Amino acid sequence: MPEISRDEVAHLADLARIDLDDTELDHLAPQLNVILEAVASISGVAGDDVPPTSHPFPLTNVFREDVVVPGLSAEQALAGAPAAEEQRFRVPRILGEEQ
Amino acid sequence: MTDVLVPFDEVIEKFDPALGLEIHVELNTNTKMFCGCPATFGGEPNTQVCPTCLGLPGAMPVVNGKAVESAIRIGLALNCEIAEWCRFARKNYFYPDMPKNFQTSQYDEPIAFEGYLDVEVEGETFRIEIERAHMEEDTGKSSHVGGSDGRIHGADYSLVDYNRAGIPLIEIVTKPILGTGDKAPLVAKAYVSAIRDLIVALGVSDARMDQGSIRADVNLSLAPKGSDVLGTRSETKNVNSLRSVERAVRFEMSRHAGILGAGGFVLQETRHFHENDGSTSSGREKSDAEDYRYFPEPDLVPVAPSREWVEELRATLPENPAAKRARLQADYGFSDLEMRDVWAAGALGLIEETVAQGTAPQSARKWWVAELLRRANDAGVELAEVGVTPQQVAEVQALVDAKTINDKIARQVFDGLIAGEGTPEQIIEKRGLALVSDDGPLLAAIDDALAAQPDVADKIRGGNMGAIGAIIGAVMKATRGQADAARVRELVLEKLS
Repeated sequence: MPEISRDEVAHLADLARIDLDDTELDHLAPQLNVILEAVASISGVAGDDVPPTSHPFPLTNVFREDVVVPGLSAEQALAGAPAAEEQRFRVPRILGEEQ
Repeated sequence: MTDVLVPFDEVIEKFDPALGLEIHVELNTNTKMFCGCPATFGGEPNTQVCPTCLGLPGAMPVVNGKAVESAIRIGLALNCEIAEWCRFARKNYFYPDMPKNFQTSQYDEPIAFEGYLDVEVEGETFRIEIERAHMEEDTGKSSHVGGSDGRIHGADYSLVDYNRAGIPLIEIVTKPILGTGDKAPLVAKAYVSAIRDLIVALGVSDARMDQGSIRADVNLSLAPKGSDVLGTRSETKNVNSLRSVERAVRFEMSRHAGILGAGGFVLQETRHFHENDGSTSSGREKSDAEDYRYFPEPDLVPVAPSREWVEELRATLPENPAAKRARLQADYGFSDLEMRDVWAAGALGLIEETVAQGTAPQSARKWWVAELLRRANDAGVELAEVGVTPQQVAEVQALVDAKTINDKIARQVFDGLIAGEGTPEQIIEKRGLALVSDDGPLLAAIDDALAAQPDVADKIRGGNMGAIGAIIGAVMKATRGQADAARVRELVLEKLS
């Protein structure tokens, strides 16, 4: 039986940038466990001959020709941006986790 | 914190380095990896974007077949196996350079794996084992505003241009490279150089390190000499020239040795390389791979290259650069020493192109290695970016062969070419550099020289041919170097006979 600990939920929340306080963690961690258990029941049905499936359709090699297709203008691209400057998306300053 | 740097010789006495290199190659496809936006460099900000590469809701990616083809060809050229079936994966992270909040990459199923590349350093061959080459997409470009130096720390906010987001990338990852000892910095440089040569030969990328179309991340760790356990590594990101790769390895070896020698522990982190002084500084602590929560990309179906296709692509591979090097050395009649200099200068391809324009190999070598390399070094750029093309070198040498100019004046023509003054002919015209072909001014200059140095004239008459140099020198000076020395010699002898 898979089990997800409170600490793991806290870590995942952190990675997903979701701010959970202790009360919320106490509340949500057991719930996630219930969901995980429900999904885990699938492995009871699938035999060893059924591999984990990421793609339900038996399709491979769907490729596009390397031909330019018109996209958006800069105005269109920036139309929904909360802030823009110098034709670029303006974002709050970035702390830590530089890629 | 100031780093304690141990002199390189002492590092080698006490430690064995382990290298690892990750090279990102931006492909030169017409379009991006998963959408039809142009993949060209240098467009106005956010003019090469669409809902897919901006990560807008509902947008669906479709794989660029040409990029897969290039990935397979790179894999084959690196002696890799090509996966019979592989998937893309989402690498989840929050950073504004990727508007989707994940990068589409490959995780445990790279398209190419288990290969190798041999590189030569000072006559010794090192086999670099390739762990994998996988497909992914480039990120957008952020610029940081405010703060003192445009860097991320202290910035007030950032501006992002997504033209680069989604450009096809191939990431080539080595296994740990052991046993290089004091040659580690040179092996790292030689490997990146060999990858670049291979990429150029394959024609799959612009391969411009200065424009970021090839970027290297340098992993380095040290272990006490004789130990078979790897030390903790640092990862220096985006080292963008061959020289910098060598310097980054050298610096990190000295820095690690300083920490380990004082009984400390190396932090597993990314480092930034600084071109100005060759140092590195702390970036961020490295996330564990699981923090990226990779999972198979549901919007892209798996890639399953047929063996027929793989063999077709194998047949398109160019001559192996190392084999080609040996062949060209034989064809051109370069000595090992000459070849070593040519290779170290990154001049072989340039010489080949120059020779293809009809220039004698030794002349091409002389210009690139003896003359233009010095200028490239002075300017701090790669030889290929010195500002003179193979075609122009061939034109200049043709003018030397035609006795329109001599070698000395050719150097001034190169000055003009680098300064952007036009074609070699235009520069000769504009600067008035053509050799004096008319005997009249030469004879006048010879008369003056003989009159000024009667004792030298006597020596020549007496059969002392060594003395003629003084006269030729004087004539050259009088004509500002624009005389044909051989013709001056003939005229002097005629006059004195």
